Amino acid sequence: MAELELQNVIKEFGGLRVIHGIDLKVEDGEFVVFVGPSGCGKSTLLRMIAGLEEISGGDVLIDGAVVNEMPAAKRELAMVFQSYALYPHMSVRKNLAFGLETMKVPKAEIEQKVQEAADILQINELLERKPGQLSGGQRQRVAIGRAIVREPQIFLFDEPLSNLDAELRMQMRVEINRLHRRLGATMIFVTHDQVEAMTLADKIVVLRKGLIEQVGTPLELYNTPANVFVAGFLGSPRMNFLPGTITSVSGTTATIELEGGHSLTTEIPNPPAQGEVVTLGIRPESLVPVPEAEAVLSGEVQIAEQLGGETYVYVALPHGGTVTVEIKGQARVEAGDRLFLGFEGGKFHIFGADEKVIRHA
Amino acid sequence: MTSVSTNPGGRSAPSTEGRFARIWRRNGAGYLFLLPWLVGFLGLTLGPTLASLYLSFTDYDLLTSPRWSGLKNYEYAAFYDRRLGKAIEVTFTYVLWSVPLKLTVALLLAMVLDRSVRGVAFYRATFYLPSLLGASVAIAVLWRQLFGADGLINQLLFFVTGIQGPAWITHPDYALSTLIVLAIWQFGSPMIIFLAGLRQVPQDLYEAASMDGASGWRQFWKITLPLLAPVIFFNLVLQTIEAFKAFTQAYIVSGGLGGPVDSTMFYSLYLYLEAFANFRMGYASALAWILLVIIAIFTAIAFGTSKYWVYYEDEQR
Repeated sequence: MAELELQNVIKEFGGLRVIHGIDLKVEDGEFVVFVGPSGCGKSTLLRMIAGLEEISGGDVLIDGAVVNEMPAAKRELAMVFQSYALYPHMSVRKNLAFGLETMKVPKAEIEQKVQEAADILQINELLERKPGQLSGGQRQRVAIGRAIVREPQIFLFDEPLSNLDAELRMQMRVEINRLHRRLGATMIFVTHDQVEAMTLADKIVVLRKGLIEQVGTPLELYNTPANVFVAGFLGSPRMNFLPGTITSVSGTTATIELEGGHSLTTEIPNPPAQGEVVTLGIRPESLVPVPEAEAVLSGEVQIAEQLGGETYVYVALPHGGTVTVEIKGQARVEAGDRLFLGFEGGKFHIFGADEKVIRHA
Repeated sequence: MTSVSTNPGGRSAPSTEGRFARIWRRNGAGYLFLLPWLVGFLGLTLGPTLASLYLSFTDYDLLTSPRWSGLKNYEYAAFYDRRLGKAIEVTFTYVLWSVPLKLTVALLLAMVLDRSVRGVAFYRATFYLPSLLGASVAIAVLWRQLFGADGLINQLLFFVTGIQGPAWITHPDYALSTLIVLAIWQFGSPMIIFLAGLRQVPQDLYEAASMDGASGWRQFWKITLPLLAPVIFFNLVLQTIEAFKAFTQAYIVSGGLGGPVDSTMFYSLYLYLEAFANFRMGYASALAWILLVIIAIFTAIAFGTSKYWVYYEDEQR
């Protein structure tokens, strides 16, 4: 196990900068998830940590030592690839043993470690098979097993679940979580799936265009997003955004007029000036049906998705735009119904014109 | 009243003419398109093949009609023709040296050209060029000049080392080696096939191996070679067959005689001399069929052993 630190890490491909000076600290035994949309640089960052990509600027430190020039093999890291990267011509046993054989570990020790990994991942009966004879989930287990046997300082996962179907993803999420608790190892996991990020991470790093947007625990990011991007990226269904204008300010009290005529008055620590444009962010579960007199929003139901445990209702607003409402249980709502909505417990965020948050729920 | 019918279905049997007309209506255009190939195959491949099989059991000198001689030609080849023994020895030596060396050079260069370096397309074309020219008469003539006693190779050798080189193609000890070098020089075709094979090896396997601490050499032995085995196998079979059939180089370089002292008497050249110098067409046909059997045996051995060293990703074992 080890600590990892990135200091102003930069990556350029032929003059094009894709990572713009990343600073980050990963504590010993922490499970950190890099999350962000495609092309945000999360996999590149992971590969730089792994030693598979050169570092254009800054430093990567493992346990306080700069490893920029250290070959991948010497960093004592193990990586689980998106494609699994299992050697197709070798049996599962050979795949697991390959790294140890390379390190010239005694045969008996290799056998013992392979057996331990097989026990942990419950792949004993697969040891003599070749990767081509395994299902996606089994291959994923073998890929993780290959990492485990090396007892690395840090585990790196590069979108390891993206080739699995939904049910298997959920199953593997649980297994990886269990593995982390069992091994207590430092793990860095890259994904574009915010559900994976929320469910696995001790700490989430949200990336966009080669920059860190926010770092924090899953609930910190969910409850107090730093900007519109983070607020929109985490949470499913995603947060609703409503444009508005500050119509009056008195001390820390501001009145916001929403498009469509409704207005609301709220406390903002440092309110923007009158006339400034703001964005209200409200999560689907914080929008609740209310009597017409208490409504902040109203609109016509377009679609109601019944999921059994909850109902997702898509409401078209009169001025254009749609909001998603999450109602617990099986709501009796149908397309065409008129719905009046309020903000439950004042749980909404306000973002300024620069998209940064100015008031949390 | 009872009547007996010979056609219980009540349908009349289709006439031959009707059936052909229907087939023609349905597939006529296809057969028309097939015709050029079919004529070529029957007239230029199958016909001569069957004719040579028949002729191999005859005495035939082109001037008189073939006379049936049973297995005499095969007996002579198997037990009495000492020059054929020499031709087989020369050909086997040529195959066993030229094929592995050519494949090794082709693989090494393919690996070099697989890297993304500036001007790689130019180098690929340059290295492939000898394959296009290599088996041609012009190159063989050029080769004869280069490796002659006063040829460029010896001049260079003398200039650099001060050693007077031998007459490479007229000395029995060196003539075959010179032809083997010429064969290796034609590495372009297998190189291009290796290059395509290398492109199919997923990059992340090398990345996984490098994270596992595997050196470049270990990656080559444990990943590149096993995953390239189907391509190596394909090239091996193809090049072995080509090498067994080698003719032009020996014919030109030795002036059509397989000399000096039969040192470049390739099997195909000996077959040619029997047919068109000695006019023993029947015996030459028998030699052609023996060569076919030899090639078939080698190919069968290659296929037979392939299950131990060739891995196909889609196989279930």
